[in-house]
Amino acid sequence: MQTIATILFLAAGVCFIMGLKLLGKQATARKGNFISAAGMTMAALGTLFSIIAGTEGEFEAGTLVWIFAGMVVGTAIGIPAAKLVKMTAMPEMVALFNGFGGIASLLVGWAELQRHYDAAGAVAAAVEQLNEAVGAAGAHADAAFGVGVSSAISIFLAIFIGGVTFTGSVVAWGKLSGKIPSPPMLYPGQRVINGIMLLGLIACGVWIAVDPSAQAPLYISIILSFILGVAFVIPIGGGDMPVVISLLNSYSGLAACAAGFAVNNVLLIITGALVGASGIILTRIMCLAMNRSLMNVLFSGFGAVESGGGGKGSGEQKEAKILTPDKAYYMLEAAQKVIFVPGYGMAVAQAQHAVKELATLMEANGTEVLFVVHPVAGRMPGHMNVLLAEADVPYEMLVGPEDINPTMESVDVAIVLGANDVVNPLALEEGTPISGMPIVEVQRAKTVFTMKRTLGSGYAGIPNPLFYLDNNYMVLGDAKATLQALIDEYKSDS
Amino acid sequence: MDFLTYAFIFLLSMFLGIELIRKVPAQLHTPLMSGSNAISGISLIGAMMAVSLAGHSKFALFLGGLAVAFAMINVVGGYVVTDRMLAMFKHKG
Repeated sequence: MQTIATILFLAAGVCFIMGLKLLGKQATARKGNFISAAGMTMAALGTLFSIIAGTEGEFEAGTLVWIFAGMVVGTAIGIPAAKLVKMTAMPEMVALFNGFGGIASLLVGWAELQRHYDAAGAVAAAVEQLNEAVGAAGAHADAAFGVGVSSAISIFLAIFIGGVTFTGSVVAWGKLSGKIPSPPMLYPGQRVINGIMLLGLIACGVWIAVDPSAQAPLYISIILSFILGVAFVIPIGGGDMPVVISLLNSYSGLAACAAGFAVNNVLLIITGALVGASGIILTRIMCLAMNRSLMNVLFSGFGAVESGGGGKGSGEQKEAKILTPDKAYYMLEAAQKVIFVPGYGMAVAQAQHAVKELATLMEANGTEVLFVVHPVAGRMPGHMNVLLAEADVPYEMLVGPEDINPTMESVDVAIVLGANDVVNPLALEEGTPISGMPIVEVQRAKTVFTMKRTLGSGYAGIPNPLFYLDNNYMVLGDAKATLQALIDEYKSDS
Repeated sequence: MDFLTYAFIFLLSMFLGIELIRKVPAQLHTPLMSGSNAISGISLIGAMMAVSLAGHSKFALFLGGLAVAFAMINVVGGYVVTDRMLAMFKHKG
């Protein structure tokens, strides 16, 4: 039984590595996900076998009942949640799932300490009874606490990282779904307070390492890590949530890893480390796409009102030109080359199918159409790709900013579809909060149509001077309705 | 195995993870994040072990069971949502 378990663990490890590798390539990604799911199944089966083998006859049915009950409940919640979530709301769903992984690690650590508390309590009671019976006092049960220093540290780390991951992910979920205001929330002494909490946590860690039987530091750690998770994410603006989710994903891997150290399980350590490392790399890739450092993302309160300096207020004397869809149609109809720059607004309006239909009509009309997908457009990197794929937009029509920017002058009409920060020309100037971020330089196209609900600022909370440029026209209103109006124009004309 | 062996395995796995993800096209970032998020639900097996180790501590048993449930949401939900995303990429024109 134990041999079978070991073989299953080995196979699971191989599956995770293969799965991650295959996930990184377009053609094999789905297979990769499947293989990694198969690996997870084997890991769970192996654990089950090893539990049954480990108990050798005096097996308690209660154990299996608890495991299966947990699995049934988790599946009953997880599958509908994953199946029913709209693709536009998928980033926050991933954030929430990630948070659940984090709290699972915390609970593993807590359970590990708890069973020792209870066991030590039982031993102490037994010793007490014995002492009474013999009539001698003095003997103590201190030595009975069976948690070594390295285990204690691992348990502490599982609780600490798991707790931060949990509440941090929940706040990220709240910000992305609009349940918590998305602009960065800054308050005086933020870093000092966070620093003090971190020191408090480290002190608790040392305390647990020195005396694992002390219960106070466990509870303080849980509470402090929860608060720290909130305090860590709340000052970060909604626009940076993709990076935060990726980082928290990495943390949940590390938390699982720490849990692995705590319960002496190699597969947990390997898999947790794989996820931890790949999460860190992914986070780095995202930061590079925004031309910012991770430290800048985490600690600058990017786009907060206080740091909003730059060109703020300068563009407001100018009037933005408003265009109605029927006028827009005449310009589009004559255009040779049109690009769409989708953003979160497209996701909110569920306009991906409408934009695909419009693009098809334009192509039939002899216009060259391309979709320019900025790496951080939307609420998650690649978010736009997922939505456009859902609408069957072929890959050949998707390009990145670096492909289109050199030939931007040849673009007749650039349609900004619910994107804002990724087309903000302030990024090209010095001293603004988004300076240096690569953008889609639509301001150099012959004409720009900005489809947007209002003239407000983007998610980063920075005003966009693009709206007031001479070659820009605002087509205000719901993106889907506007697109539909354009589609109708095309159809009635043919 | 002792702590140092575990630490050794941990470090090697970190390097492996970095190598695996190094070159990934931007459109796959979301599925990859979601997929690796599902893998991080591996804390499921830690949770199962926590239940089995709980022994006579009823409270530890409860905590372990709760951990199994949370980890299971992470695992099952994570894989299903990733597959949904990737399925959309599949039928491109």
